[in-house]
Amino acid sequence: MKTKTTQQLEQQLKRHSKAAKLEIWGRTISLTALLLIVAVVVAIIGFVASKGIATFTSNHVNLGDFLTGKSWNPNITDANGKPEVGALPMIVGSFLITILSAIVATPFAIGTAVFMNEISPNKGAKILQPVTELLVGIPSVVYGFIGLSVVVPTTRAIFGGSGFGILSGTCVLFVMILPTVTSMSADALKSVPRYYREASLALGATQWQTIYKVVLRAATPGLMTAVVFGMARAFGEALAVQMVIGNAALMPNSLVSPSSTLTSVLTTGIGNTVMGSLQNNALWSLALVLLLMSLVFNLIIRLIGRKGRLQ
Amino acid sequence: MFINNDVTRATAMQERHVVQPNDAGHPIILSTEGLHVFYGKKEALFEGDLQFGSNQITALIGPSGSGKSTYLRSLNRMNDRIATVTGKIMYRGVDINQPAIDVYEMRRRVGMVFQRPNPFAKSIYDNIAFALRLRGTTDKHELDEIVETSLKQAALWDQVKDDLNKSALALSGGQAQRLCIARAIAVKPDILLLDEPASALDPVSTSQLEDTLLDLKQHYTIIIVTHNMQQAARISEYTAFFNQGRVLEYDTTSQIFTNPQVQVTSDYVSGNFG
Repeated sequence: MKTKTTQQLEQQLKRHSKAAKLEIWGRTISLTALLLIVAVVVAIIGFVASKGIATFTSNHVNLGDFLTGKSWNPNITDANGKPEVGALPMIVGSFLITILSAIVATPFAIGTAVFMNEISPNKGAKILQPVTELLVGIPSVVYGFIGLSVVVPTTRAIFGGSGFGILSGTCVLFVMILPTVTSMSADALKSVPRYYREASLALGATQWQTIYKVVLRAATPGLMTAVVFGMARAFGEALAVQMVIGNAALMPNSLVSPSSTLTSVLTTGIGNTVMGSLQNNALWSLALVLLLMSLVFNLIIRLIGRKGRLQ
Repeated sequence: MFINNDVTRATAMQERHVVQPNDAGHPIILSTEGLHVFYGKKEALFEGDLQFGSNQITALIGPSGSGKSTYLRSLNRMNDRIATVTGKIMYRGVDINQPAIDVYEMRRRVGMVFQRPNPFAKSIYDNIAFALRLRGTTDKHELDEIVETSLKQAALWDQVKDDLNKSALALSGGQAQRLCIARAIAVKPDILLLDEPASALDPVSTSQLEDTLLDLKQHYTIIIVTHNMQQAARISEYTAFFNQGRVLEYDTTSQIFTNPQVQVTSDYVSGNFG
């Protein structure tokens, strides 16, 4: 048998106050936002996948032929009556240009990050930080245009040929991913605790030894993440690359021969095909490859991050 | 505990009372003359003239912000890129506070252990071998031997001898701090500077650490900053009291704790402020 005062107390405690209602509201709003984004992502993946798979289901292209075929010409059928949709040249072009630009950008990016963070934090903060941020803000069409009017003629003058090709694309992409990799590397170095450096210096290590043996080692997972992020950006960049690569769907036989990437074929081709046709479906298949690769890059970044935390 | 609560003699108190250690038996190994430290334009240490006898433990005590850590960090020039340090730091007759001094060579002789245990994310073995390898020691046999003696001196060997290849980050706070001491003494320094080494440790680890320091005294000269007055009283021969960037009192530890000559010291050691 409850007394009257406990009943009152119970009522008071069980009443939904304004604060409790607001709490529910807040949770609902943020959950809705989250669900919306998840829905959009799932929808995009589902759409691209359904379109991309159509090449293999309704047009009966062999997946192996698609991934390993060297000839891309969806308008023409070959001697066996099969359409020529070999995506290997584009896949190779995309990977080559991504890996090359990452290889060129990484030493510059890490060097800059070390200077900004370890050697001269003042100058780094005053000069390099704004410059890096500025580089991020330049639209890719401007990069492409500079590539077209400066890099391509220079390549042509030095190596002959047309100047269009993987080399020019690498030069442009390297500058484009440099700020991303640099600022992420700088963050990775910043997250190395100060007491690591102090411990090393107090043991008589020089500053360079401290950077090389302690700071860079401790920051390795973060630096790897930075490079993979840069690669993901390079892999997905379309416009600037398309302007300087030459857009010939051929296996690149040298770094200065015109070739193409997944993205450049997509941007040049998608406007000129009819929805539902083989030509259109084949492009969607390329988009699917691109999307899957982006997911793989994301997966790698997460794996590195998890490994870094375990250490 | 010998804590002085006699404040009635206040009239006889002095402004400043510094008695440098007796040279006999423990020759002066390190001393500072006219040491001033500036952070930018702000002066953090106005006056720090102290002498330290070899194979002794000297405690630096005082309230937070009194300049004792700043003073300690200046002694092996860890303040180089952070603050401006003027004055002389005489180490065995050489002024080590001059640009011509190779700080890396000097820091091998004047080692330091920090407040927070800071082992590298490497194995226990590699932590201790770190400085030796930087110096070009590659002989496995020699490294093994130094790792073992350093860990034994730091009283950690028995606990970790089977786990030398395990990550140092898995050690407990007290063990990690003793690893840091082992790492510092692996290069066989002359002087060991400790900046509140026990402040992050529990009482048991603290008492083990104090025992270790008392053992290490045979081989090293130890200068320790501490917030814990009982600790200073337990382990040190000499104690310097810092307040507001000045050394107000320096004398034998028993003198400082039983018969302080400066009012502020008396207040501080009797727990009236700080």
